[in-house]
Amino acid sequence: MRLEPIADPGLGRTFGYPAAALAATVIFAMTLALVAGAEPLAVLGLMIKGAAGSKFALLETLNRATPLIFTGLAVAVAFRAKLWNIGAEAQLYAGAVVTVLLGTGTLALPGPLLLPVVALAAAAFGALVLLGPATLKLRFGVDEVVTTLLFNFIMLLFVSYLLEGPMKDPAGMGWPKSAKLIPEARLPRILEGLRLHWGFLLALIAAVGVWVVQTRTTLGYEMRAVGLNPVAARFAGLPVGRIMIKTALLSGGLAALAGWSEVAGLKGSLTLDLSPGFGYTGIIVAMLALLNPLGVVVSALFVAGVFVGADSMSRAIGVPSYIADALMAAALLFMVLALLLARVRVRRG
Amino acid sequence: MEIFDILLSATFWAAAIRIASPLIFATMGELICERAGVLNLGIEGIMIAGAFTGWFAVYAGMPLPAGVLMALLVGMAFGLLHGTLTVPFGLSQHVVGLGVTLLATSMTYFTYRLALPEVTSPPRIEAFAEWPVPVLSEIPLLGPALFVQTPLTYLAFATVAAVAFVLYRTPLGLALRAVGENPASVEAQGLSVTGLRLGAVMAGSGLMAVGGAFLTMSAFNSFFFEMVNGRGWICIALVVFGAWKPWKSLLGAILFAAFDALQIRLQQTPIGAHVPYQVFLMMPFVLSILALILMSRRAEVPAALMVPYNKGER
Repeated sequence: MRLEPIADPGLGRTFGYPAAALAATVIFAMTLALVAGAEPLAVLGLMIKGAAGSKFALLETLNRATPLIFTGLAVAVAFRAKLWNIGAEAQLYAGAVVTVLLGTGTLALPGPLLLPVVALAAAAFGALVLLGPATLKLRFGVDEVVTTLLFNFIMLLFVSYLLEGPMKDPAGMGWPKSAKLIPEARLPRILEGLRLHWGFLLALIAAVGVWVVQTRTTLGYEMRAVGLNPVAARFAGLPVGRIMIKTALLSGGLAALAGWSEVAGLKGSLTLDLSPGFGYTGIIVAMLALLNPLGVVVSALFVAGVFVGADSMSRAIGVPSYIADALMAAALLFMVLALLLARVRVRRG
Repeated sequence: MEIFDILLSATFWAAAIRIASPLIFATMGELICERAGVLNLGIEGIMIAGAFTGWFAVYAGMPLPAGVLMALLVGMAFGLLHGTLTVPFGLSQHVVGLGVTLLATSMTYFTYRLALPEVTSPPRIEAFAEWPVPVLSEIPLLGPALFVQTPLTYLAFATVAAVAFVLYRTPLGLALRAVGENPASVEAQGLSVTGLRLGAVMAGSGLMAVGGAFLTMSAFNSFFFEMVNGRGWICIALVVFGAWKPWKSLLGAILFAAFDALQIRLQQTPIGAHVPYQVFLMMPFVLSILALILMSRRAEVPAALMVPYNKGER
C-alpha cells in the first residue's frame, strides 16, 4: 500500500471524508447501543433530547462546554506548534488550586479587582506547570508527552494532599474538600435566574483572542512555522526555543483558566473530582476542530452535548454513560483517518 | 538502620519482584513497538483492557491460562487498530496512541458496566497461586524473592529472555531492529516494512495487555477502575531508562519496583507516619521523570522512531 498526495483534493473530498467520519461515529454509537440491548434510535433520540431538548438541557451543555473550550484551546495552541501538551488536566487543577488559595478571603482586594487578579494568578501558575516539561524538552530533549502525562498524576496527588491537609475545609464534616470561595471571587451568572455563568462568555472571548493571536500576530505565525518544520524555522533564524516557551505559557495558562472557571463559576469550592478528565477530552475537542481556535468552540459544544446527552440517556434507560467516552475516542480516530484520506490517494503495491 | 533491615529482607524483594512483573510485560511490549519504530501510547488503555479481559474471562468460567490468552488477544486487536492507523496510513503516533488509550479505557468501562450492572464491589476470582520452584526456592534471600512467585512472574522473566533472543539472535530480530533504524534498507532486501511494524505493534500490544492481566489475576484477584493508575506511562519511561535494550529495561523495572516497595514500607515506619502518604505515592512518577532526565544525554533512540514510512518516498 502506498499513499499519494493529491494536489487539488476538491470540495467533495475535503468535506466528504470528515462527514463520513461523523457518520461512522454515529453508526459506532448505535452498534454499542445495540450491544447494550437497547433500541439504537431511541438511544440517539434520548441523547439529543438530553443535550438540547429543553432550556435546562441546553444550559447544562453550555456549562459543560465551558471548561472544554479552555482545555481545547490549550491543546490546539500547543499542538499547532507541535508541543505535545497532554497535561491540561494538571494545569487545570493548578488553576483551581490558586483560585481557592486566593479566593477564599486570603486576598483582601476590592470586589471588581479580585476576580481578574485571581484569574491571572491561576493562569500564571498553570503556565508555570507546563514550563517544567517544556524546559525539560528544550534542555534535555525529554519527550514532553510522557512528562506531561506523569505530571497529571503528581498534580492530582498534590491536590489530594492539599484537600486532606492545609486546604481542607474545617467545616467540611471531614470530607476532602476546600473552603468555599467568598462571593466577590465568584463568577456571576450572565442573566439572573439562568444557570449559566460568565465563564462561558469568557471562554468564547478566549477563543477569539487565540484566533487573533494565531492569525494576526507575529507570534502566531512563528508558532505555526515551528509546528510545520522546526528545523526550517531554526534555519530561517526563528528563536525556536523561545517560541516553544511562549507556546507553553499560553497553553498552560488557558488550561488553568478551565480550573478557575469551574471553581469560580460553577462549583464554588475544590474537590478531587472537579474534572472528569476535561484535560484529556480537550485533546479530542482540539483534534475534531482541526486545531482551529474558533472550531474549538463548535467542537466543545458538540462534545459537551454528547456527554450531557449520554448522562441523561443513561439515567433514563440504563445504557452505561461510558458510551459517550467510547464514541468520542472513536470519533477522534475516525476523524484523523478521514483528514488523511481527504488529501491522499491510497494505491496498491 | 531501618532501611537496611528492609533491604535485607526476602519479603521485601519478593514484593519488589511482584510489583515489577506487570511492568516487565508492558515494558517489553513497548520496547518491541519502539524498536520497530512505533511509539505506542495506547499502552495505558491496553493494560486496562487486558486487566479487565483476563479477570472477566476467568470470572465467566475460563481456566486461568485461557484468561491470559484472552487478554493477549484483546491486546493484539487494539495493536492491530493502532498499527493499521500508524503504519500503512502513517498517522500521528501521538494522536492515535492517545485515541487508542481513550478507546480501550472507555470500551473496558462500558463493557464492565454492561456485564456487571448491579454489583457494588467487583467479584473476586481464584487468582494464580504462588508456585515455589523446587530446590531454587531454598536459596537464602534470593530463593524466596525470585522463586516463590506466581507462574505469571516466571513468564514475565521468560518473556525478557525471549525478546532478547529474538531481537539479537534471529533474522526476524535483525529485520525488526533495522525497520526501526532504516526502513528503506529493509524494503531494499525485499521485506515488508508495513508487515514487520504491524506485527511488532500487535505483539507488543498483546504483552501490554498481559501486563494488565497480571494485576487482576496475580497481584490482586479483582478488577477496579483506575487500577492501572499510570503504570503504562511509567513503562514508556522505563524503555528510555533501559536504552531500548531488554535486559537493561528489566533491571530498570526491578529497580523501580524496589523503590516502590520501599516507599510502601517506609510509610509504615515512625518517620513515614509524619510524611503525607501522597508524597510516597508521587515517588514513582517523580522517579520516572528523573530517570528520563538522567538518561536523556546518552539515549540511543531508534533512528526511525515516530517516522512513518511510505514506500517510494525518499
